[in-house]
Amino acid sequence: MSSINTMKQKFNFYILSKTLLSGLLFFSIICTSLFAQEGDPVKGKSLFNANCAACHQLDKKMTGPALRYVETRLSEEEGLDREWLNAWIRNSSALIKSGDAYANKIYAEYNGSAMTAFPQLSDEDLTNILAYTAQDKAVPVAAVAAAAPGAQAEGGVSQEIVLGALAILFGLLALGLFLVNKTLRRFAAANNVEIAEAVKRKSLWKAFVNNQFLMLVVAIFFLLSSAYFMYGYLMQVGVDQGYQPIQPIHYSHKIHAGDNGIDCKYCHSSARVSKHSGIPALNVCMNCHKSIYEVAPSTATEEYSKAFYDGEIQKLYDAVGWDDAEQKYTGKTKPVKWVRIHNLPDFAYFNHSQHVSVAGLECQTCHGPVEEMEIMYQFSPLTMGWCINCHRETNVKVQDNDYYDKIHEALTKKYGVEQLTAAQMGGLECGKCHY
Amino acid sequence: MAFGSVFSCQNDNSPNYQYFPNMYEPISYEAYGEYDIFPNSQQALLPVEGTISRGHSLYEYEDSNAGYALALSELKSPLASAELDAKRGKELYEIYCGICHGNKGAGQGKLVKREKILGVPSYADRAITEGSIYHVIYYGKNTMGSYANLLNEEERWQVTAYVETLRAELKK
Repeated sequence: MSSINTMKQKFNFYILSKTLLSGLLFFSIICTSLFAQEGDPVKGKSLFNANCAACHQLDKKMTGPALRYVETRLSEEEGLDREWLNAWIRNSSALIKSGDAYANKIYAEYNGSAMTAFPQLSDEDLTNILAYTAQDKAVPVAAVAAAAPGAQAEGGVSQEIVLGALAILFGLLALGLFLVNKTLRRFAAANNVEIAEAVKRKSLWKAFVNNQFLMLVVAIFFLLSSAYFMYGYLMQVGVDQGYQPIQPIHYSHKIHAGDNGIDCKYCHSSARVSKHSGIPALNVCMNCHKSIYEVAPSTATEEYSKAFYDGEIQKLYDAVGWDDAEQKYTGKTKPVKWVRIHNLPDFAYFNHSQHVSVAGLECQTCHGPVEEMEIMYQFSPLTMGWCINCHRETNVKVQDNDYYDKIHEALTKKYGVEQLTAAQMGGLECGKCHY
Repeated sequence: MAFGSVFSCQNDNSPNYQYFPNMYEPISYEAYGEYDIFPNSQQALLPVEGTISRGHSLYEYEDSNAGYALALSELKSPLASAELDAKRGKELYEIYCGICHGNKGAGQGKLVKREKILGVPSYADRAITEGSIYHVIYYGKNTMGSYANLLNEEERWQVTAYVETLRAELKK
């Protein structure tokens, strides 16, 4: 009995605490809405994006803590008021030095990353920023997205119906013709009308075999065309134009180099200074993807959904060993096995820096419209004929190019031309590429 | 057209046949190659601990608040003013920094304008010196990553000098 009694008591206590808690919650919501009325969340958002967003997000731990409801959270959990927050934002290191307990605790919790002081923010600015952080999270609209695939599926169904109806129609037509034919024959038999049999003639094939001249012409035609196709087939052996392997991480050059306009050399930095264009180390990806942990909804296309792209970013995190929730590296890495696309045979030497830094070529000259490629492929054939054509046709850029001052002057005199092509400067020497 | 029909038989997901592959495939280790002799089968390796690559030098400030403060106050550029190449500094800045910090240094790069990366400050709003700029390029700071492997030492100082000119422009 006593145990039942205590259970009851416990239960009552539970209800009581629950009501109290919800009351408190209600009160705090009123409080937040009151605070929100004070500041302008729209202005707050732009201030937040300009000043705070480098290290803070509303719902996710970054370099600093998540900031949604920061003011109510601090006042409820730590008993800290707006004064304290203002002091922290304007000069956090002074507050830490003054020995404030919570200031030191949070400083230690985030591995001593010092928050930049913002003395330039006025009281009004801070009110606006806090009003922005006090806003409730917007619920994403899912209804619109759900409607689209339905419409598409309908289109597919109607197409199938049309095709099926057509097939049935043709079937009926064939049946009708067969029946008509049969009936007519029966009439003919009934009326004693004779149907003329086809006259036997010399077959076309025999006539063709007997005509020797025609045979010769056909044989020559056949030989020539097979030689043509054989030549075409043999010439493309070893040429990987259009090669488009599936990479371990779906990296879209279109999004990075096209939409966001990141320079090719940002990632492929060694193209400036070495033989190789360089596959970027994953820390180069993390320069941006430390803070870009998901794609914007507008990035998703019909072919590739947002969830797909987010999954690819997650693959990057797994490879580089980045714990996004804790915002630190775990140290567990695994190399990404990128598939090499452009590959010259071992007997041909090619140097990127010579073309990129010295000649000042655009990457697109050889690699094609990379900024439009969702999946990277080999644009050029990379054959010797292709190299030599370009060397014959391209004039050397001499303007603002100290590399070639002297040799250009000497060679233009020798050849008696205004503009030197790469070939005239020695771009056709065998030993330049084969040694 | 006939050519195209021959090409289209080829599967785009795998490389084409080669004549005499042993003339095409290198015997030596290629950059980024996969060879069992290396840890993780990875040819791309970091320098052995305690060694330094040719053409590189030691950077003695450590990656901490104290190191930052020290670099801020005492680190000076080794480049004489005659060695500064503003054109190259600008070129490098616009490749590596401008995408976030903006080509004018006001924190309005393309990624910021497209709201991909937020909160990039203007150089004018920060108390920075050539030492601290170099330090941050070397180690990164907060969300910004290290650019030590994209720019060599001399290039980092060229960019540092260019950031300082941008900052002076912004302060006007």
